[in-house]
Amino acid sequence: MSLELHDGPLHVEEISNRWFNEMKDKNYGAYIPFIGIVRDEKGISGLSFDIYEPILESWFTSWQEKAKKEGAYLLMAHSRGDVPNHTSSYISAVVSPQRKVALKFINDFVEDFKASAPIWKYDLIDGKRVYAKSRSTALEGAGLLK
Amino acid sequence: MAKIEFLGPLNRDPIEVDIKSLNDLKEMFKEDKEIQEWLEICAVAVNDSLVCSLDTKIEAGDKISLLPPVCGG
Repeated sequence: MSLELHDGPLHVEEISNRWFNEMKDKNYGAYIPFIGIVRDEKGISGLSFDIYEPILESWFTSWQEKAKKEGAYLLMAHSRGDVPNHTSSYISAVVSPQRKVALKFINDFVEDFKASAPIWKYDLIDGKRVYAKSRSTALEGAGLLK
Repeated sequence: MAKIEFLGPLNRDPIEVDIKSLNDLKEMFKEDKEIQEWLEICAVAVNDSLVCSLDTKIEAGDKISLLPPVCGG
């Protein structure tokens, strides 16, 4: 499966080292990580996240199946709750026998993650959660009940 | 009864409703001014699968989820 959710900011060193150690003897030639870091901008003290786990898991499983067809394997970790500036809320990685496959996959995977993973982001401003509506993407089929 | 979940920023407690299809739910929400503002941008899942038809049949015990726009990472 290799989808993990953590309360609060991700412990990047622990997760990165653990994943690398798990993957290094699997004979994948390429390991491409992506680590998202919360930026200090627009007066926020951090970000906060809600996650709907059942659909996140089925979305991730469908990507893992696509990866398997290419001989690749995906890993992903994401935060729940509050994540302060300059810490990490998201790490993903692709391993594959070839570099080109892994580089393409990490890009396609992260793009679809932004558009399709059922995760809601809030800015933390003066201790309050403000939904990041303008930066969010409506899911497929939105507006059905309007 | 089917259970309705309002996810993420919708931030409402779940409710139980007696409906036969999503069309019935659409009718029911016409009276709800607050939720009306969200419906245009919300996707709908039945038992954790996104659906695209108002004719989707709803059985007793089904879970219907309203999903506002997303932004992970």
